[in-house]
Amino acid sequence: MKKKLVLVGNGMAGVRTLEELLKLEEAGDYEITVFGSEPHPNYNRIMLSPVLAGEKSVDDIVLNSREWYQENGIRLYSGERVVEINRVGRTVKTASGISVGYDRLLIATGSTPFIIPVPGSDLEGVIGFRDISDVETMLAATRNHAKAVVIGGGLLGLEAANGLMKRGMKVTVVHLMDRLMERQLDDPAATMLRQSLEAGGMKFLMEAQTAEILGTDRVTGVKFADGTQIDAGLVVMAVGIRPNIELAQRAGIYCERGILVNDTMQTYDPRIYAVGECVQHRNTCYGLVAPLFEQAKVCANHLAQLGYGRYEGSITSTKLKVTGIDLFSAGEFNQRDGDETLVLQDAAEGIYRKLVIRDNRIRGAVMYGDTMDGTWYFQLLRDGTDISGFRRTILFGQHDLGDAGHGDAGILSLPDSAEVCGCNGVCKGEVVDAIVKKGLFTLEEVRAHTKASSSCGSCTGLVEALLASTVGEGYTATPSKKSICACTKHSHDEVINAIREHGLKSMDAVRDLLAWKTPDGCAICRPALNYYLLANWPGEYQDDAQSRFINERAHGNIQKDGSYSVVPRMFGGLCTPDELRAIANVADKFKVPEIKVTGGQRIDMFGVKKEDLPAMWRDLNAAGLVSGHAYGKAMRTCKTCVGSEWCRFGTQDSTGLGVKLEQLTWGSWMPHKFKLAVSGCPRNCAEATIKDFGVVCVDSGYELHIGGNGGIKVRITDLLCKVATEEEVLEYCAAFTQLYREEAHYLERTAPWLERVGLNHIKQRLLEDEEGRRFLVERFRTSQHHAQIDPWRARAEGLEANEFTPIRLTQFSKVSVGAQS
Amino acid sequence: MSEWIEVVELTQIPVLGSRVIRTGEMDIAVFRGSDDRVYAIRDACPHKNGPLSQGIMHGDSVTCPLHNWKIDLTSGEALGPDEGCTNIFPVKVEGGMVLLQLSLSEEAA
Ligand code: SRM
Ligand SMILES: Cc1cc2nc3c(=O)[nH]c(=O)nc-3n(C[C@H](O)[C@H](O)[C@H](O)COP(=O)(O)OP(=O)(O)OC[C@H]3O[C@@H](n4cnc5c(N)ncnc54)[C@H](O)[C@@H]3O)c2cc1C
Ligand code: SF4
Ligand code: FES
Repeated sequence: MKKKLVLVGNGMAGVRTLEELLKLEEAGDYEITVFGSEPHPNYNRIMLSPVLAGEKSVDDIVLNSREWYQENGIRLYSGERVVEINRVGRTVKTASGISVGYDRLLIATGSTPFIIPVPGSDLEGVIGFRDISDVETMLAATRNHAKAVVIGGGLLGLEAANGLMKRGMKVTVVHLMDRLMERQLDDPAATMLRQSLEAGGMKFLMEAQTAEILGTDRVTGVKFADGTQIDAGLVVMAVGIRPNIELAQRAGIYCERGILVNDTMQTYDPRIYAVGECVQHRNTCYGLVAPLFEQAKVCANHLAQLGYGRYEGSITSTKLKVTGIDLFSAGEFNQRDGDETLVLQDAAEGIYRKLVIRDNRIRGAVMYGDTMDGTWYFQLLRDGTDISGFRRTILFGQHDLGDAGHGDAGILSLPDSAEVCGCNGVCKGEVVDAIVKKGLFTLEEVRAHTKASSSCGSCTGLVEALLASTVGEGYTATPSKKSICACTKHSHDEVINAIREHGLKSMDAVRDLLAWKTPDGCAICRPALNYYLLANWPGEYQDDAQSRFINERAHGNIQKDGSYSVVPRMFGGLCTPDELRAIANVADKFKVPEIKVTGGQRIDMFGVKKEDLPAMWRDLNAAGLVSGHAYGKAMRTCKTCVGSEWCRFGTQDSTGLGVKLEQLTWGSWMPHKFKLAVSGCPRNCAEATIKDFGVVCVDSGYELHIGGNGGIKVRITDLLCKVATEEEVLEYCAAFTQLYREEAHYLERTAPWLERVGLNHIKQRLLEDEEGRRFLVERFRTSQHHAQIDPWRARAEGLEANEFTPIRLTQFSKVSVGAQS
Repeated sequence: MSEWIEVVELTQIPVLGSRVIRTGEMDIAVFRGSDDRVYAIRDACPHKNGPLSQGIMHGDSVTCPLHNWKIDLTSGEALGPDEGCTNIFPVKVEGGMVLLQLSLSEEAA
């Protein structure tokens, strides 16, 4: 028999929990009943501000229509307040007498606006700002009354005041403090905010303490502690919210400020869960949706008896939804001892940014004017990213890091036809449309439905900005602890550690120990696990071809028509007439349709049939050419310039050194592609300062540069150190390469890895810890011993012949597709 | 009339991998799951004809190598938000041999 699940509170957190539950297979075990005291289906409460301001209608903000409840077999009692929970009999009862039994109960009763208990606070026309009926009351007042007072200069109060003004009322905001939104803004930002609101016609009464609401039946004015008074036909109290715990308290469920829950969202009664603004978790009550959605996910996980979700608290960020005002705040913005602050202030442009930093990590951010980079700062804050590598430019925003083509602040003002995702050709309009029509809240959902940001990811910031602006801060920011893929809840680091600590040597062992949800994993986690195992157990772990992306399985790049490319290695870009002849010969023999010199200083033959590859490789091998790994998450090329051999400026033999570096590193599998270069002098013709490992020769030796790349987001290298001899260059290169191979996440190139762990960390491991450096070099050499086997030769000699040999059934010249079952 | 044709020994298909069956008309990919179940599907992704045989297989679906659509090998349909369908063919294993059912050219017209 199905178990009964009852939800009290048809609001954002409760229904979100049901949505999360329905995504899980185990949801089918429940018969679900929902009680909501409001007469509406579930709607987006955040969007009440735009509704009040006349920018959206009530219909626009419905999240789940009544049909949704029907389709999912959920019984909805709207307009029914639950007045009693009988924990012994396990039933709930509503004001109108409906009684329903439960096996599991979910309380999500939200919170109630705090009404200051001054005389007159119960007069008609004095309200909070919480639900559709409050908005209706306000809209009615705008028709008959000219003046409104909003008590409270926080987020909610300012949004209410803005809406009422848009509806034609004269509005005064009364605030107890000397600055607006004091819990989110520092002085300069609050002042700028106040000035621009004043410019729009809003009036402010600061440091004013409300003493009495005047009027007999209906409100007529407000009187303050200092005796002054002002007229008002409407008073909106927005001074704070109180978790709505009355029902729970009466049922004897343990409450303090909110209903106490543990990390699984369970109350003191194990059959009763609670989520949303009504709960108190690790001593915190939240008033924004992002954390509530995280709670919802965890709660669903436990309702489905999967039992592994944990809610560990959230860091929140705030954005004000007043059209024309861009404001963002996250984390701690008040400076404490040991903190540093970075400030950018341009009064003429109306821009203010402050970052509070400790130990090179962001603790808080306040932004006014241009908040485009808010999501980025917030991500850095939550990830605890070491910012020392880009500290000098951080205030100028992410696009100053070289986000080619993207990141231009104006996304919100762009037309619908503007392309957001260049890889998948997705326009702004499509993204916004999908968010609105399909009710999307997370980056993952947008990726799944529109493909935007699902390929190279360079537009992720833009998509997040669109999400944030479309659904308000209600969008669920990407969690800071990312799991590898949907098959597991574990992050890359957790998997890497488990492999090392438990000595796991097969993919099955990893998936067993870490309770993978799918038997064979998926196209995302399999290549990652295969790499981690290969990198940790060189010579021991048997590489799994079926877990490699086709390029690495076929040792060539798959092309859009299913053919492959062939790129032989040319160490340091050097080649001989014989090698060139061999290339010309195979190109003739196998009818290669196009030959091109690549950006990596070698020759690419395009359009080769897969079945021809082994024979072609055999011919190339015969001339001494081996695979260039142009297809792999592997060491690619070492670009060089002519250097001191011929160039009049050359200081060292850059070509020769490049050849040695390539000989040292070729064949190595990496978390991502890895490129090297050696330039003979600081003119840097080999572009060594945008390579993963670059060497710039100078008269006195060699500068070693790390963590650069071209590509989507160009990143200039950081200087690691300067050394005097070629031997040292080779040693540091091997050590750096191995450190990257051991520490980076699969598909994380050196640049993002360096930014994540910090340049200091790498310097410490390579420069300060000499013994550690030597161990790294040793481990790299061991690994290379097993890796430097030319994959082309092995396959030309017959390895994995099946991969390259189709089965021919040519007697069936016409196969009917009608044979489909 | 359709008949069952022996195409390849099961052991000649890698586990969680595929072999390409080349007929005059089109390529067919025969996949082998981790439980030795076999699937036969037209080797052309409903998106832009990507060779599904070259994708990574997991469970009873395959991820296309070109743009990562996931295709259900039991129905030929694209999974998740993507929409599209490619042909599948009856296939079975008997005595270690993979048998594929195809319509013969004469009847196909
Ligand atoms: C062939 C070549 C272009 C050319 O004709 O010159 C090329 C071709 C491809 N590049 Fe590249 N890249 C080539 C040099 C470069 C360079 C220049 C360089 O190496 O000096 C860059 C910028 C430098 C860099 O990597 O930092 C470059 C940055 C990229 C990127 C962006 C990498 C990044 O970290 O942002 C990608 C996408 C990726 O790897 O995910 C990419 C991916 C690709 C792929 C593999 C796309 C794909 O997944 O199918 C292309 C394969 C085409 C094909 O069908 O064969 N290619 N690619 C170059 C081969 C060089 C070689 O000899 O190995
Ligand atoms: C105007 C406004 C603007 C906001 N803007 C933002 C923003 O920009 N960003 C942001 O993150 N957050 C914002 N918020 C806050 C956000 O809306 C709340 O955090 C969120 O809605 C809380 O979800 P909840 O499910 O806990 O409570 P609610 O959404 O309030 O749902 C609780 C529901 O339970 C019902 N209920 C209560 N008691 C009972 C009972 N005994 N029986 C039956 N039903 C009951 C209530 O009627 C209500 O419908 C805003 C809030 C408002 C009011
Ligand atoms: S070769 Fe590189 S730049 Fe050119 S289209 Fe392909 S991925 Fe883009
Ligand atoms: S061709 Fe298969 S996903 Fe594009």
